[in-house]
Amino acid sequence: MAADVGTGGHPKGMFKTLRTDAWWFEPLWTGLGFLIFTIYANYEMLKGDNYWYNAGVEGFGGYLSPFFSPLFFADTRVWAGAPVHESFFGLAPEWWPTWFPSISAALILPLPLSFRLTCYYYRKFYYRAYFMTPPACAVNPAPQPGRYEGERMMLLFQNLHRYALYTAIVVIGFLSWDAFMSFFRGGQLGVGVGSIILTINPILLGMYTFGCHAWRHLVGGRKDCFSCDALNRDKGMTKSYGAWRAVTWLNERHMLLAWVSMIWVGWTAVYVRLVASGAITDFNTWGN
Amino acid sequence: MAERKFRVWRGNAEGGEFVDYQVEIEPGMVVLDAVHRIQTHQANDLAVRWNCKAGKCGSCSCEVNGKPKLSCMTRVNDYAPDETITIQPLRTFPILKDLVTDVTWNYEQKAKIKPLQPRPREADGTHRMQQEDVDRVQEFRKCIECFLCQDVCHVLRNQDRKDAFVGPRLMIHIAQLEMNPLDTADRIPELKKEYGSGLCNITRCCTDVCPEHINITDNAIIPLKERVVDRYYDPVMMIWRALTGK
Ligand code: SF4
Ligand code: SF4
Ligand code: FES
Ligand code: FES
Repeated sequence: MAADVGTGGHPKGMFKTLRTDAWWFEPLWTGLGFLIFTIYANYEMLKGDNYWYNAGVEGFGGYLSPFFSPLFFADTRVWAGAPVHESFFGLAPEWWPTWFPSISAALILPLPLSFRLTCYYYRKFYYRAYFMTPPACAVNPAPQPGRYEGERMMLLFQNLHRYALYTAIVVIGFLSWDAFMSFFRGGQLGVGVGSIILTINPILLGMYTFGCHAWRHLVGGRKDCFSCDALNRDKGMTKSYGAWRAVTWLNERHMLLAWVSMIWVGWTAVYVRLVASGAITDFNTWGN
Repeated sequence: MAERKFRVWRGNAEGGEFVDYQVEIEPGMVVLDAVHRIQTHQANDLAVRWNCKAGKCGSCSCEVNGKPKLSCMTRVNDYAPDETITIQPLRTFPILKDLVTDVTWNYEQKAKIKPLQPRPREADGTHRMQQEDVDRVQEFRKCIECFLCQDVCHVLRNQDRKDAFVGPRLMIHIAQLEMNPLDTADRIPELKKEYGSGLCNITRCCTDVCPEHINITDNAIIPLKERVVDRYYDPVMMIWRALTGK
C-alpha cells in the first residue's frame, strides 16, 4: 500500500479526494464573489466621493449611497458629497484628511462587516473557501497550524454574533430612512429609478437579517415548550411559535438572501456613484 | 446487456488495495446490487453490510466515488456510462473487512449523553405534548444511524478530534433531548465541554450527506450553539441571570 493512501484507499494530503465532481467550483465562486465585494467596499470608503445625488436642488432629500449611511459627517471637499444639513454631526472635521477613508464610511462599514463575518452562513462559506477546513465535503483540509480547535480558542468571538445582529437591525432603520428620503428631491415628492433601488435595499437586508440564526433563537427557538406559556397564545398558534415559524421561513433562504442582499448593497452604491458622477441619467418624475 | 467497471477496496485493518470488477448492469440497479453481483459471481468472500435495501436501516453506508452514500439508495445510472464506480469503506471508522467498518465509537458517544428525564406525569397519569412543541424534535427522530454524517464530518474524519467532539449524529440526539418539552435535564455544561459543540465549524457537510435530509446544522447544531451562548458567552444574559437568579 502506498504511503500516500490510507487504509480503505482514502488518499492522504491536502485537497486530496476521490470525488470526481467539480467540488472546487463552489469555494471558488463564493471566495471570488466575496473578495470582489470587499474590494469594492474598500474602494468606496477610500474614494469617499460620489455618494450623494439630488440633482443639485436645494432642500432636503436625495439618494445616499448605503456605504455612507448613516451619514455622521458631510464632507463638502469631495465631489458629490452630501450637503451639511443631511449629516448628523455637520461637517467632517478639518483635520480628517481627504485622501484618507471617508470618515462616515470608516465609522459605519465595520458594523455590517462584523455582522456578515460572524453570520453562520458566511462562517460556513469562508471556513470552506478561505480557511479550507475543509474546502468541500470529503476533501482533505488545509493543514492546521496546531491542533484543530474549531470555534473555540481563537474563534470564540463568533459567539457574540447576536450583538452584531443588534447593530445590523439599527443600520436597517437608517437605510429605511434613506429609502424614504429618496422619494424627496429638494423637498418635492416624486420617484426615480434610484428611489426604487434604494427601497429594495433595506427590504432585502431585512429579509437577510431577520432570517438570522441568532434571531431565530431569540424569538422562540430558545424555548423547549412554545405552548407552556398560556398567556403567549394568539389564535391557535402561540406567539413565539408563530414568530419562530416566520423566522424559520426566512432562515431556510438565508444563504440566498445573504448573497442577494450583499450584491444589492453593492449595486445601490454603484448606481448612486454613476448618477452622482454624471455617467448615467436617473429616470425620474422630478424632471431634472 | 451492458457491462461496466467497478473498483472495490478489498482488505482489512492491516491494509488492502482496490480490485477491479466488470459487472453486468440492468436498468434500475443500485450500487449495492452491483456489490452483491460481485459477491455472487466473482468474489464470494467480499464483506459488505446491508439489511433493508430500502434506505431505512443505515447499514450499507460506504463511499461511492469519494462521497459518503447509502449504497442501496445510490443508482448506478447516476454515473456516466463510461465512468468507473469506486466503492470504499467509511474513512472515519476502523476497517473490519472490505466495505465493513466498526462503528462502535458512535454508540459509545451515545452512552455518554444524559438520557431523557421526563417531568412528573399529569394528574390523570398521562404526559401531554402539543404538536407545535414536538415538530422540531420529530425531524431528528428520522435518523437511521447510518453514520454518514459522522463519516464526512472533518472534525472526526480529518482533524482527529474524536476525543473532543461527539459528532453531528449525536448533536441531533442532544438537540432532540434538549428541545423535548417533557425533559427536565440540563445538558448545556456537557454540551460545551465533553460533547464539544465548539469543535463544529458549521461547514455543513453533515447536512449535505444525510440521506434522511435532516437539517442537522441549521436545526440542531446552531440552535444548540446559541443555547451555549446564552449560558456562557452573552454578557447581558449572564448579568440578567445573576440579578434575577433565573
Ligand atoms: S457542520 Fe459541524 S458537525 Fe457537521 S460536518 Fe461540519 S463540522 Fe461536522
Ligand atoms: S443524521 Fe442523517 S446522516 Fe447522520 S446518522 Fe442520522 S440519518 Fe445518517
Ligand atoms: S446567522 Fe446569518 S445573519 Fe445571523
Ligand atoms: S441496506 Fe438498509 S439502508 Fe441500505
